[in-house]
Amino acid sequence: MTGETLKLKVAALADIAPGLRHVRLVAADGGKLPPAAAGAHVQLALAGAARTYRNAYSLVSRPGARDAWEIIVRRVPTSRGGSAYIHECLQVGEVLEAGWPGNLFAPVRTARRQLMIAGGIGITPFLSYLAEFAFSGVEHALHVCCRESEQQVFDPWLAGRPGVSWYWDADGHRLDIPALLAAQPAGTHLYLCGPAAMNEEVLAAAAAAGWPDTHVHCEHFGSALSGGEAFRAFLARSGVEVEVGEDESLLDAIERAGVNAPCLCRGGACGVCATPLLEGEAEHRDHFLSAEERAAGLLIMPCVSRARAGRLVLDL
Amino acid sequence: MTIAFKPEETFRGDYTYRNSDAAVLRFPFPFPEDRYMYSVNIEPHVRSGPSDVFMRPFDVDEHYIAECRDKAITLERDPGRCQVLPHMMLAQWDTLELLMESLSADYPALFSLVKEGDDFGSRWTWTNRPLGLEQSFIFGDPATLPCEPFEYITRQAQGDFAICDQRDNNLYMDAGMVTSQADWSLEFDVGMSFMEWHGPVPLAHQTGVFERALKYLLMLRLGQPVRRLNWTMTINPRLDTSPENFPEWGTDRASVTPDNAGQKVHLRVELQTLWRLPRSNAILFPIRCYLASLDDLARVPKWGARLHRVLSSLPRELVEYKGLTRYLPAALEWLAQHDDGAELPVGTESGVTTLAPR
Ligand code: HEM
Ligand code: FES
Repeated sequence: MTGETLKLKVAALADIAPGLRHVRLVAADGGKLPPAAAGAHVQLALAGAARTYRNAYSLVSRPGARDAWEIIVRRVPTSRGGSAYIHECLQVGEVLEAGWPGNLFAPVRTARRQLMIAGGIGITPFLSYLAEFAFSGVEHALHVCCRESEQQVFDPWLAGRPGVSWYWDADGHRLDIPALLAAQPAGTHLYLCGPAAMNEEVLAAAAAAGWPDTHVHCEHFGSALSGGEAFRAFLARSGVEVEVGEDESLLDAIERAGVNAPCLCRGGACGVCATPLLEGEAEHRDHFLSAEERAAGLLIMPCVSRARAGRLVLDL
Repeated sequence: MTIAFKPEETFRGDYTYRNSDAAVLRFPFPFPEDRYMYSVNIEPHVRSGPSDVFMRPFDVDEHYIAECRDKAITLERDPGRCQVLPHMMLAQWDTLELLMESLSADYPALFSLVKEGDDFGSRWTWTNRPLGLEQSFIFGDPATLPCEPFEYITRQAQGDFAICDQRDNNLYMDAGMVTSQADWSLEFDVGMSFMEWHGPVPLAHQTGVFERALKYLLMLRLGQPVRRLNWTMTINPRLDTSPENFPEWGTDRASVTPDNAGQKVHLRVELQTLWRLPRSNAILFPIRCYLASLDDLARVPKWGARLHRVLSSLPRELVEYKGLTRYLPAALEWLAQHDDGAELPVGTESGVTTLAPR
């Protein structure tokens, strides 16, 4: 059970509501997918007009499912990126490249009680949470804020599960966040996923009510994912110029050019890949260099770090 | 591949444990250079490397049957060597699935797993031929196994296992099967955080080794396990060098002389791997222990000489922490005869395909 990338085939597409598309993905080689579970996401490579987008989507399939994964994608009206591609171009039978599942939003299993607040499409990570909590038997409740008309959209995944309450923007139907938080027993963990405004409102209410940070969890994609803007690096000793793509590391690009660079962990921890930086400014993403070393700007860790702007010149 | 098991060998009492020539040649010698210091020596756990033990994610060797029996003896005497906190049930199933799938895929002649489905609720049948076990059970239902899933599968695997729960940007040792440890106690460490359980280690905290290692592990990815080698030394080929049983093995340290060091003193190498688990998001930490006597190691000229240099230059703090103080002079005197002082190539490869005769 090891690997970095997967080839996924689109097995089915369905518009489950205006602007919401359900995608069912299977292993392109007909084999099994790795298991993934509550809070996991998958990153898909989607070929847009100008460039390839790498977007992460919560898996809404059964936890541990290995026959197929499901995602639900909302059309972002202002975006020409990945969600537009899924809504306008994606075809059944198409094969996509994907990363192995990641999880930056796993539930805390020591919690006495699990409290979830979702805004709109932010319900998606909680569909797998609900399945797990039903299995483990931990006490839980999900509060969903959405349009009145959207209540039934997620029924196929909720399967009559208890503990789900719905709220919408009309008198008598709004969620009273401070009252909800005040009613929770000690040992409750709070999870939220929704539009930025909702997240901020809930976070502020939790802070005001004295919830410890360790018990409040907000879904955020992207912080762990590598890649960034493309840039160029010149390897001074080898006399080679490399083009570092959006989805690869500087180290990947150096290796692709056939230049030997020392490395070990490939994750910014061991320090083996430390390389003198002769020109340019690095965006440091490693855990190795000290604040002083970063400020001095004389070293870069190519396995994770990139150019802040423009071109880098390395002593390699 | 056929493995000639040695079911009768022992890791206590008369200590009949021995390595075949093949086992010596595949030993994961841990020293690429003449000096050793702690570092974040973590690399991807891929099927390649300077020793054959890296070729499969979970290595099974000629000591498999005897090691599983020694583990059973230790557990019989002290059931507390296996502990699992209640919130770790998903991680238990993750571990069972990972081990059963890996072992049956890599050693089809020894292990097989037949599944009626992949989801919880499916019937699975597991066959372990070396230990003569067959078990049909419902994946996800602990009541259908003779003991809890983590204990069930780790009793059938060489080495120790810890499972670390990830929360609050930290790792907590919330489960373990620990019967062949280098003088640390699960009973004491269970529930501790990464920095707490590493508290006793000298020098490494000051150089930021643990801070960097923890940050790296928090980002460990599913499907991309990593590994590192750790080492210490043990008198006699003993797996259970626990603090609980210190009176049974601690005094052996005084029995080493320059004459018997070759047979008595063993290098103990731990191949530690780290795996993100899919359902629980926990990290599995298998600690696979390999033992070789100085006699064994000196049959590879490069290893005998290098071990002599590493041990003679080892920082005093590490000598004390690893418990070598008492017998190090005798071991060094024995090793000196195998070191001519000539420069040795960097790297851990043995550099030979056959061994000098015993
Ligand atoms: C997350 C899984 C890990 C577990 C469960 C674990 C557990 C332990 C334990 C129980 C000890 C013995 C401490 C004592 O004396 O009581 C130890 C020692 C040590 N650990 Fe870890 N560890 C883990 C990961 C790591 C990693 C990733 C590193 C990387 C640098 C590391 C480096 C060390 C070192 C250098 C020692 C001292 C070993 C010696 O000199 O014999 N550990 N570890
Ligand atoms: S390879 Fe370890 S820090 Fe870059």
